[in-house]
Amino acid sequence: ELLPEEEKENARSVRIPKSRILTLPELRANPFQHRICRVFSTSEDGDDSMSFEDFLDMLSVFSDSATSEIKSHYAFRIFDFDDDGTLDKKDLENLVNCLTGQSEESRLNSAEMEQLIQNILEESDIDKDGTINLSEFQHVISRSPDFASSFKIVL
Amino acid sequence: MAQLPVALHISEDTESDGQEPSPCNEGAMHTSFRQLIQEQSSLVEAAAGAELEMPARDREPPEPQQDDEHAGYSSATLRILASMPSRTIGRSRGAIISQYCNRTARLRRRSSRPPLQQLSHAARPSLRQHHLDTDPAAATLEEKRSLLVKELLSLSPGQRSHMLLSVPLSLAEKRTLRQELSGQRGSPREDTQRGAPFSPCGRSKYHIILGCRGLWYGLLSLLPAVQPWHHALKQIGSRFGSSVLSYFLFLKTLLGFNVFLFLLLLVFVVALQAAYPPAPASHQPFTGLELLTGAGYFTRSLLYYGYYSNVTLNEPCAARPNCSAAAPPLPYNMPLAYVFTVGVSFFLTCILLVYSMSRSFGESYRVGGPVGDLAIKVFCAWDFKVVRKRWVKLQSENIRTQLKELLAERQSRSHPRSPCRQLEHVAVRLLAWGLSLGTVLGCVVAVHYFSEHMHAVQQDAGSRASGERRQEAVLLVLPLVVSLINAAMPHLYNLLATWEKWDSPVLEVYVAICRNLVLKMVVLGLLCYQWLSRKVVCSSEACWETCVGQDLYRFVVMDFIFTLLDTIFGELVWRLVLEKRLKRKQRPEFDIARNVLELIYGQTLTWLGVLFSPLLPAVQIVKLLLLFYIKKTSLMQNCQSPSKPWQASRMSTVFITLLCFPSFLGAAIFLSYTIWSVKPSETCGPFQGMETIYESGKTWVRLLEKSNPNITWFTWVHQYLLENTFFLFFVSGVLLAVIYFNIQVVKGQRRIIRLLKEQIANEGEDKIFLIQKLHSVYEQRERRS
Repeated sequence: ELLPEEEKENARSVRIPKSRILTLPELRANPFQHRICRVFSTSEDGDDSMSFEDFLDMLSVFSDSATSEIKSHYAFRIFDFDDDGTLDKKDLENLVNCLTGQSEESRLNSAEMEQLIQNILEESDIDKDGTINLSEFQHVISRSPDFASSFKIVL
Repeated sequence: MAQLPVALHISEDTESDGQEPSPCNEGAMHTSFRQLIQEQSSLVEAAAGAELEMPARDREPPEPQQDDEHAGYSSATLRILASMPSRTIGRSRGAIISQYCNRTARLRRRSSRPPLQQLSHAARPSLRQHHLDTDPAAATLEEKRSLLVKELLSLSPGQRSHMLLSVPLSLAEKRTLRQELSGQRGSPREDTQRGAPFSPCGRSKYHIILGCRGLWYGLLSLLPAVQPWHHALKQIGSRFGSSVLSYFLFLKTLLGFNVFLFLLLLVFVVALQAAYPPAPASHQPFTGLELLTGAGYFTRSLLYYGYYSNVTLNEPCAARPNCSAAAPPLPYNMPLAYVFTVGVSFFLTCILLVYSMSRSFGESYRVGGPVGDLAIKVFCAWDFKVVRKRWVKLQSENIRTQLKELLAERQSRSHPRSPCRQLEHVAVRLLAWGLSLGTVLGCVVAVHYFSEHMHAVQQDAGSRASGERRQEAVLLVLPLVVSLINAAMPHLYNLLATWEKWDSPVLEVYVAICRNLVLKMVVLGLLCYQWLSRKVVCSSEACWETCVGQDLYRFVVMDFIFTLLDTIFGELVWRLVLEKRLKRKQRPEFDIARNVLELIYGQTLTWLGVLFSPLLPAVQIVKLLLLFYIKKTSLMQNCQSPSKPWQASRMSTVFITLLCFPSFLGAAIFLSYTIWSVKPSETCGPFQGMETIYESGKTWVRLLEKSNPNITWFTWVHQYLLENTFFLFFVSGVLLAVIYFNIQVVKGQRRIIRLLKEQIANEGEDKIFLIQKLHSVYEQRERRS
C-alpha cells in the first residue's frame, strides 16, 4: 500500500521516501523509527529512502527466524545514534530518552540519568574504555533471554 | 545533526556503503584529511563544543579551553581511532566479511592449533590482513569477499547455508556472495553431472526431490494458519507485550496436555466401553442441575468410574453361552485397559512436562548470574511489537517507572539502613508471614469442619428422604466455600504485601506466588485425605469412587464459575467503578501471577480426578476454551498491562516448574497411593472385589506366565525391577550424581568467565595507554611542524 498505482510494475527498483515508510502502522509510533530507516536504507544520497530489498532486509531482521546474533548486530546499529561504531554516553542518553518518552516531564532528571549511565557502563563496559562496543553489547544481550521476542515486528 | 563533530565527519566517509577505513585507500583518506583541516579551522573560529568521541573526554584534559585545539591536534589520532577494529565491526561491510571469514576458517580448522601468526580475536578482523608496518596493500572489499567465498566453499553445504543465514549483511551483499559461490562451484558441478547417470531414473529422482521440497515449503507457509489462536495471540502480544502473552501461551500449553490425555483415554477406554455398554440400570431423568452437580443423570454414565465393566469385553463365543456369531473375536480386558491407560498417560505426561521444563529452563538460565540487570533492562526492555501510539506511551511510562524503581533500589542498597529500621523491617516481615500461614491453617480447619457438617446435613436430608435434587444441591456448598477462599485470600495477600513494602518488585511477585501456592496446595491436600480415608466424605456410598469423581467434577465446575465471577467483578466492574465513580484514567491491571495459579489449580484437580472420572479432561478442555475467549475479551476491554517488571521467559519457567512439582507430583502421588493401597468398592467399577487396583496387573502377569512359559523374563523384570526398591534407589543415586556433576561444571564456567573479564579489563588498560602515547606522539609532531 506504500506504492502509488503506476509504480507497482517496477516495484523492485523503486525507492520509497522516508516519509512514506514512516506511515506504516508498525513504525508510526515507534521511537526508533528514524534510526531504523537510517540503518536499513542503502541509498547513496543519505535521504533514508528504502528500496524493496531494504524493506525485505528490515523485515527479515525483525522476524522470528533471524538469529539472535543478527538481531543484536542490528540492534547495536540502531542504538548507535551517532554512527561511530560504539555506544558512548551521548548515545546511551539518547537511548534512554527514546525509551522513556520524548516529552519533558517523562524524561529522567539529570542526576538519575547520570547514575543510570554510570551503572550501565559499570555493568557492561568490560575493557573500561568508557564506551560499549559491539562485542560488549552482544555479551549483555546474550544474558537476556527475552531479547529475541521483544526485538520482533509482526506484520 | 546540524553541527557534525569532527570525529563524525570521518565516520560519514567510511559508512557501510562499502568504503574502507583502511589506510590503504589513499585517495579517500587524503580528501577526508583535507575536509578535516577545513572543519578544524571553522571549528576553531566557531568555538563550538566539539564532541570528541575519543577517550580524551573521560580523562579530563588539563585545560578545558584547549578543547578545540585538542580537536585540531588529535585529528590524526581520531582518524586512527575511527578505524579501530572494535569500532568498525559494527559499521563496515568489509570488517563483517573478514570476521566471518575468520569464523569459517576456525570452524574448518577446529581440531588443529591456529598458527602463531594469526592474531585474530573474537570480534576483530584478522590482523594478518592489516599489516601494521608501512602503508599496507590491505585487502579491498573484493579481495575480502573472495577470501570469504573460498573459505565457505570448504565447508559442508549445511554448514555453509547456516553460516550464510547468520551473516549480518544486506540482501544484495548475500546475493553477490551466493552468486560467487555457485559460480565457483559451477565447474566441479559439471564434472559430477558428467559422471552422474543421465538415465531417466536419476533425472526423475531429482525432479521428485525438487517437487517434495516445494511441497514442504508450501506446507510450512501454511503452518501459521493452522496453529490455533495465532491471530488472537498476535493481537494480545502487540498490545500488552510479552508478559501478558505468557499467560495465554501457558493456557495453550495446558490445553495441549489435556487434549493428549483425553485422546488417550478416549481411544482406549471410553469409546470401547461406549460400544459395549453394560446392563442398563434405571436412568434418572435429565434435569439442568446435573451440569453443576455431576450427579443424577450422570451418575451411571460414561463420566464416572462406576459405569465401567470389570469383565473382558467382546469375548470369543466359546466362553459365553449366548453370543452372536457375527461379532469379531477381539477380546478386550477392560480393567487392565483402564489401569494401564491411566498409568501410561500419566507417565507420558510426566515425560512431556519434564522435557518442556528443561527446555524452558535452558532458554532462560544464564551462567553469569543476575548481575547487570540495569543494562539488560535498558537494552532489551523495548518491545517492538507494540504498535499503537497510546500503548507505546504506556510502555514508555512503564519503562520509566521500572528504571526509577531499579535506581532507587540501587541507592538504598548502597546506603544501608540503621539497625533500628532493619529490626523493624524484619519484625514486619515475620509478622506478615505468620499472618499468612495462620490464615492458611485457619482456612484448612474451617474447610475440614465445614465438610463434616455438610455431609452430616446431607445424610440427615437423605434419611429424611427429602428430594434428591435438594440433597445434591447441598453438596454444592463445599466446593463453593473452597472456591470462595481461593478467590478471596489472594486479595488479602496483596494487601499484606502493600503493607510490607518490599524493596524489590520481583521478590514481591515471588512471595505472592509462594503464599497463594501454599494455601491452594494445603487445602487440596486436606481434601485428598478426606476422599481417600472416606471417614467424612462418601462414607455411606456403596460406590465411593463415583462419589469422589462427582466431588471432583463439582470442584472443577465451581472453579470455572468463580473464575468467571472474578473476571467480571475484578475487571469489568472495577473498571466501571474507577472510571465513573473515582474518575481515574487508570484501568485495572491484569494480575498474571494470580491467574496462572488459578490455571494450575484447575489442572491439578483434573489430574487428581482422571482415575475416578475418565471424561474429566474433556470438561477441562471445554473450560479452558471458554476461559481463553472470556479472558481475552475482558483483557481487551477492561485492563492495562502490568506496571511491575516481568521477565517473561523466567516466569514461564517458574510456571512450568510449578505445574510439574507441586501440581503434577502431588497428583501422581495421589494416583499411585490409590492404585497401590486403597481397596476398591465391591459393587461397581472395573476393579470390583479385588484387594487393590494394582492386583489386576499382578493377576494378569500371573496369567501370562501360566499361559506361555517362554516369557518368564517379563515376570522376572516385573518382580525385581518394579517391586524391589533397590532399583529405585540406584536410579535416584545416578540422578543425584549427574546433577552434582552439572553443578560443578557451572561453577567452573563461572570462574572462567571471571578470569576472562579480568583479562579483557587489562587489555582495555593497554589500549588506553597506547592511545595516550599515540596522542602525545602526534601532538609532538604537530608542535614540531
